[in-house]
Amino acid sequence: MNLALDIAHLLAGGLVVISFVLLYQTRLVSLLDSYVAHAVILGCAVGWQAISQHEPALYVTALLALVVKAGVIPLALRRIVRKLNIHREVDQVVSVGLTMLAGTGLTALSVLVMLPVTIHESSIAREDLMFALAVVLLGLLMMTTRRNAVSEIVGFMSLENGLVLAATGAKGMPLVVEISVVLSILIAIFVIATFLFHIREQFETMDVQALDRFRGDLHG
Amino acid sequence: MVEPLPISDFIGGAMVVGIPLAMALLLALLPSRGWTPLLNCLGSAATLAAALGLLRQPQFHNDIFIIDDFNIYLLILNSFVGFTTSLFSASYIAHEIASGKLTLPMLRFYHAMYQALIGAMSLALVANDMGLLWVGLEIATLVTVMMVGIYRTPAAIEAAWKYFILGSVGIALAFFGTILLYLAGQGALGDGLPALAWNRLHQASASLDPALLSLSFVFFVVGYGTKIGLVPLHAWLPDAHAEGPTPISAVLSGLLLNVALYALLRCKMILAANLQTLQTAPILMSMGLASVLFAALMLYRRHDIKRFFAYSSIEQMGLITFAFGIGGPLANLAGLLQMTMHSLTKSGIFFAVGHVVQAKGSQQFQDVRGLSMSHPVLAWGLALGVLAIAGMPPFGIFMSEFLLVTTTFARQPLLALLLVSGVLVAFAALLLRLQQMLLGEPSGVNRPIEASTLPLFAHLALVLIGGLYLPAPLLHWFRQVALLLG
Repeated sequence: MNLALDIAHLLAGGLVVISFVLLYQTRLVSLLDSYVAHAVILGCAVGWQAISQHEPALYVTALLALVVKAGVIPLALRRIVRKLNIHREVDQVVSVGLTMLAGTGLTALSVLVMLPVTIHESSIAREDLMFALAVVLLGLLMMTTRRNAVSEIVGFMSLENGLVLAATGAKGMPLVVEISVVLSILIAIFVIATFLFHIREQFETMDVQALDRFRGDLHG
Repeated sequence: MVEPLPISDFIGGAMVVGIPLAMALLLALLPSRGWTPLLNCLGSAATLAAALGLLRQPQFHNDIFIIDDFNIYLLILNSFVGFTTSLFSASYIAHEIASGKLTLPMLRFYHAMYQALIGAMSLALVANDMGLLWVGLEIATLVTVMMVGIYRTPAAIEAAWKYFILGSVGIALAFFGTILLYLAGQGALGDGLPALAWNRLHQASASLDPALLSLSFVFFVVGYGTKIGLVPLHAWLPDAHAEGPTPISAVLSGLLLNVALYALLRCKMILAANLQTLQTAPILMSMGLASVLFAALMLYRRHDIKRFFAYSSIEQMGLITFAFGIGGPLANLAGLLQMTMHSLTKSGIFFAVGHVVQAKGSQQFQDVRGLSMSHPVLAWGLALGVLAIAGMPPFGIFMSEFLLVTTTFARQPLLALLLVSGVLVAFAALLLRLQQMLLGEPSGVNRPIEASTLPLFAHLALVLIGGLYLPAPLLHWFRQVALLLG
């Protein structure tokens, strides 16, 4: 039993570490590489939950993470990055040091928020939730500190990985598998296909800030 | 253990969800033709018929679906506005095709998405499972993201992108809240479906862990609050309203905001039954009041008509959230009435605005003047709609705002002053803009427009009737729901 707990914690903690790694990647290609590691660890964590909770349905979620999130989507994004010739681009709004500091703060916050509240929960759920909240918050941080559409999508996907981790940690939560499937399909196909495609059609750059000047209203 | 109810009682609810989803599939498979909008209207009419049929059915709940007074009312309102908007959309889209802003192949995509949106909202409304409620709301959000970007102009793509980024933050946090709610339920209700069933959570609330419930509510407020457009989470809303097709602005303002608020209210009801949780009232009241005051001030210096009315929606949602925050039978009644009246009025206004923008070829205020001379019928419709939303008697919004303000004066006089000043500031802005649009010499292009004004005047008539006389059974029913809300 203790071993099960330790492995679950190791994997969940690993996800947080990779979230930090994502934070300091300034180049898109290395960002995508790190994201693959993120998705693989998620796949293992969910697979481990499937084994330790005796919940075969969770294997679907784990497989999905390994095949779609660690395989198909990063490959597609890599293609886009190569086609648009932005693989050398550095994407950084806030300095790395500052982002890391904020990330540490958010992680501490999630520990402080989750641990006292979940005192009555089993310790797997408890610490999984804590790590998951940290991953979610780090994903949000990444989405707000980047301004390239590809890094924003990676930020969102890492955030979604945090959600899947939390949901699979809550033993027997209904619809988790369905939700993870729906999320992956919707996010992957719709968003990547339509948005990146059309943002590229309209502009040569994918810098979201370049869109800011097209505003229907005068501000200030 | 409660006896499970026969599933046959759920046929009506299944139809309200199933018809639009089946229509979405059908519209997605059939090629775009001239009759595609007609099919869309037929589908919406069938959904409305199914929703009205719910009135004759007994209430129903199992662990996944629920039909009670609260959601029947919203299902009927939703499918009614969904139907009238589909009528408006048919004439609006015909004009967009004729003027080359949309191409014929887009019809298929647009209409399939329209039905999917209605279906997803119905799914969220009939869900008893809080996870399913989340799924319905998220599908609806992602569908509207697609619709907002449909014109493919840079501004439309920016709006859709912003909506997607902020919406996904809402998605994530609300889902985290759902997980926490499940953990709270798990202790008392066991693993699996029962621990997320709203009616069970509501009944067992007193025995649930208050700390987990409180924390989950914080996530719900931020997550669903983003979708309601509460300040400071509203940044996507004006852009999405301004850049998408106008029928979508009407559905967004009139329906989706209500469904998001419905989700938050369901969570609030669970917390209200447990005395040890955090107080939800101050959170809802302060966010509501902040939205009213902020949006009222933002109404000035708007240059874009649709953006202007989007801020008005933020103000109205603020009022409604404030009303439910205050709570109690009277304030809840005011909130429910305001929800209905705002939904009808605001979608009506967007019907008028849609045609005005098409007639003038611009959605900037400076290009729209002298409407009363150039397009008298539209001008009347717009004038009545704006007067109604500004809270003038004898329209329904006057009644609900009056009820809200008097209740607030009795309970929180200081807050009532703030509330009234917000409403008055918004009132002045609305009348100022209305006067600018209607009076003066007609400016710019003045294309004649073949507008179907039936949906517009149908909505206005209902709002007027609602203000003058509410039939006793209807009022009784609203009271019933207000009591349910606690």
